[in-house]
Amino acid sequence: MLDLTYDTPKPKVISGAKQDWELVIGLEVHAQVASNAKLFSGASTRFGAEPNSNVAFVDAGMPGMLPVINEFCVEQAVRTGLGLKAVINLKSAFDRKNYFYPDLPQGYQISQLYHPIVGEGEVLVEMGDGTARTVRIERIHMEQDAGKSIHDMDPAMSFVDLNRTGVCLMEIVSRPDIRGPEEAAAYVSKLRQIMRYLGTCDGNMQNGNLRADVNVSICQPGAYERYQDSQDFSHLGTRCEIKNMNSLRFIQAAIEHEARRQIAIVEAGGTVDQETRLYDPDKGETRSMRSKEEAHDYRYFPDPDLLPLEIEQAWIDDIAARLPELPDAKKARFMADFGLSDYDASVLTADTANAAYFESVAAEAGDGKLAANWVINELFGRLKKDERGIAESPVSPAQLAAIVRLIKKGDISGKIAKDLFEITYTEGGDPEQIVEARGMKQVTDTGAIEAAVDEIIAANPAQVEKARQNPKLAGWFVGQVMKATGGKANPKAVNEIVARKLAL
Amino acid sequence: MMTDLNTLTITQARDALRKGETTSVALTEACLAAIEGADALGAFVHKTPEIALERAKAADARIAKGDAPAMCGIPVGIKDLFCTEGVASQAGSKILEGFKPEYESTVSAQLRDAGAVMLGKLNMDEFAMGSSNETSVYGNAVNPWRAEGSTAPLTPGGSSGGSAAAVAADLCLAATGTDTGGSIRQPAAFTGTVGLKPTYGRCSRWGIVAFASSLDQAGPMTKTVRDAAIMGTAMMGHDARDSTSADMAVPDFEAMLTGDIKGKVIGIPREYRMEGMPAAIERLWQDGAEMLKDAGAEIRDISLPHTKYALPAYYVVAPAEASSNLARYDGVRFGYRADLAQGDGITEMYEKTRAEGFGPEVKRRIMVGTYVLSAGFYDAYYNRARKVRALIKRDFEEAFAAGVDSILTPATPSAAFELGQTHTDPVEMYLNDVFTVTVNLAGLPGIAVPTGQNSRGLPVGLQLIGRPWEEGDLLNTAYALERAAGFVAKPEKWW
Repeated sequence: MLDLTYDTPKPKVISGAKQDWELVIGLEVHAQVASNAKLFSGASTRFGAEPNSNVAFVDAGMPGMLPVINEFCVEQAVRTGLGLKAVINLKSAFDRKNYFYPDLPQGYQISQLYHPIVGEGEVLVEMGDGTARTVRIERIHMEQDAGKSIHDMDPAMSFVDLNRTGVCLMEIVSRPDIRGPEEAAAYVSKLRQIMRYLGTCDGNMQNGNLRADVNVSICQPGAYERYQDSQDFSHLGTRCEIKNMNSLRFIQAAIEHEARRQIAIVEAGGTVDQETRLYDPDKGETRSMRSKEEAHDYRYFPDPDLLPLEIEQAWIDDIAARLPELPDAKKARFMADFGLSDYDASVLTADTANAAYFESVAAEAGDGKLAANWVINELFGRLKKDERGIAESPVSPAQLAAIVRLIKKGDISGKIAKDLFEITYTEGGDPEQIVEARGMKQVTDTGAIEAAVDEIIAANPAQVEKARQNPKLAGWFVGQVMKATGGKANPKAVNEIVARKLAL
Repeated sequence: MMTDLNTLTITQARDALRKGETTSVALTEACLAAIEGADALGAFVHKTPEIALERAKAADARIAKGDAPAMCGIPVGIKDLFCTEGVASQAGSKILEGFKPEYESTVSAQLRDAGAVMLGKLNMDEFAMGSSNETSVYGNAVNPWRAEGSTAPLTPGGSSGGSAAAVAADLCLAATGTDTGGSIRQPAAFTGTVGLKPTYGRCSRWGIVAFASSLDQAGPMTKTVRDAAIMGTAMMGHDARDSTSADMAVPDFEAMLTGDIKGKVIGIPREYRMEGMPAAIERLWQDGAEMLKDAGAEIRDISLPHTKYALPAYYVVAPAEASSNLARYDGVRFGYRADLAQGDGITEMYEKTRAEGFGPEVKRRIMVGTYVLSAGFYDAYYNRARKVRALIKRDFEEAFAAGVDSILTPATPSAAFELGQTHTDPVEMYLNDVFTVTVNLAGLPGIAVPTGQNSRGLPVGLQLIGRPWEEGDLLNTAYALERAAGFVAKPEKWW
């Protein structure tokens, strides 16, 4: 595998009224495990079901009901940890986080505060401009999601939907290594990409199965480097946590607004209060949810209903051996094996379906680079126009490979190839047969081309004279020949013959 | 035709049923009649005669076909802490008023599937918090025993007070109990009955209203040790729905009752010799040791040095877990919900529901538990209590490793006391658990066996503590003790 090296992106700098400020950002990403059943009950996790239809007695907090861990969820957390090159803890444990809310039927959330299942790892976050940052992961723990309270259905009543109660979340906690809004979005996006490769989280932010709490603070230029050297947080500003963001766009906007709010406070001589805030996308601002003083005392303690979770190294090794190729490795391989650019390789590895499609075309066509051009420029462009995904592509990898092969053999020109692609896309069929049947094959028979050139030279003596004065005008003859041959003449051959005949 | 069928032991009834000398319906009817005449005991709080007779008929059919496990056709009472399908299950609390679960606890389901006949639900301290059955929303149960020459009502103990009273008064052949700090063994000792708390993990906790999850354990309350062995076998067993349930085979404990304890080593822990212990209890303990010695056991003085820290550790761990376990009683989904005033929100609903739905002892423990888990106090209380717990467990492990087979202690610091005594000072009530909580903290099996009567004619009992998972051996030692003590007294019927 090719080791990719990148420059570090520059931290985002925001100019305040008095000076420049840098941002320091850490994220807690809540990723819903792609599992059919909840973390501690057998109830279904299907999205969009009738309210309160996916609820087991355990989920409803009925008296005497007990949680039983879902092994599949544990496996997904381990897979995710391995995908983030993280330490997997052979022994972890569940704790209760106690608070009252109607959508939390037990009166506590089962989480992993003291002993998470996954320890330190890292994620390479590419910025698309040749820079990338390695963001350290502090931990991943498993926890139950809460239900949903609905306050706007009735003026006097609130409603509770417990369908989501007890669904398994992985909370992925980063170190404060992220230095700007774009980096934060790129980080979430990269996590999502890795988890989709792994199949451990669908990453559908609209459905709420990927959400982020964003911790933002500001610091003076140079302070972050002092923090890095010492790992002493006192070099950094007081952070605020923006809760429950479910869009990459909002994450960026919220960070930007929050940073500017903090800068305004500090520059006015005030201090930032450590607090939890909510982002209001309509107003484009964050507002306080609760301050540190009002913070809940969650009274965490080990859940006595669950034994410590002990897993074996052999099981982890087995999972590791079955991991799919992950985005960084696939991208590096595409660059090394097919000579693709960083950009093309990134586009093609954005998701596994795209990558698989490309690899299939490349293998059958025998030219990765040409295949990449056609997949990215023609196919993706055409699909986008129709708002189709790769899975709904009317052109199969075999068909596209056939087109690429025809180009590569010189049977068709690039221009004809585009026509051929459109025919294949809209009408279907075997590209080679289409080329034959419709006479689209490029004319490489020099005799035929020479005859055509001779004919045009003979018919246009004035043009011949001009071209001899100014060789650039030879292109007119080439154009005439192409026209006469219906675009099928090999342009390279035509160029050569025209130049020779005109004795340029 | 046999008379007074309700006074039979499980063993006698089973044998009579198998021989065709009686029927489950006859046994059940005798118990139902006894229950009807015993409202003064306050033992049964939800009676289920229809279910009982239906199950009795089914049991008789099963016995007729020759398919009869030992518990088949045996009428039993079920502590109100067990969730029973379609039958009120209130844990002795107002906050579960009207709650009828759609599920059956694993333990009561195992008994039901073995053919046992449920007569109804039994009184208990609210959420199993108490040692006198006086914290129950139903009012206290009353001990069928009275001191000689007195009519003062006595406590049957707690929290399984209804179970103990019902068994002692022959309202049922046996009952289920649960034991978090002594709630099976103390009431058994107060009523002259046998109470077994199995090793933690032996009985599934699924469907039993949780008090303190790491301590709670269900067990049988019976008239004899043999009955405890029979009923215990039916109650125990692995349950995948309880992660703390042990995946271990349950032997036929009855088959292990040989009465032969020759060569067994019985430990007498010096730390259990408390200051101010009544002479009768002290003598009972010595007599018990003598009886076991006469039966061929070796009596050995042992030390369990961390015993004195057990009660404080227990009163940190149990309330801490309870404060969290009882958070679900919030008026949102089931049970009691307070009437709300115009403009009241969710906070008022919680506050009013819980203020009105929980009794004072439960509130006290929720507050203690909330306090010991709160930020800044967690290490000083909860974490320290966990460490103490580990030390207490190690004390026992070292004793067992040194060859001790079981440990003999008093079951309670006194005989049954008068109702109304402990209302003023909760700590005095907590002292009732001083001999029993260590067993819960260490997760060990323990059994209370009646071995005598005090000077006022009240039953008193001893506790045997066994090695983990060795209930069979423990029961056999208890059986030897029971035979040697020859306790046969019955309360004189006054109700």
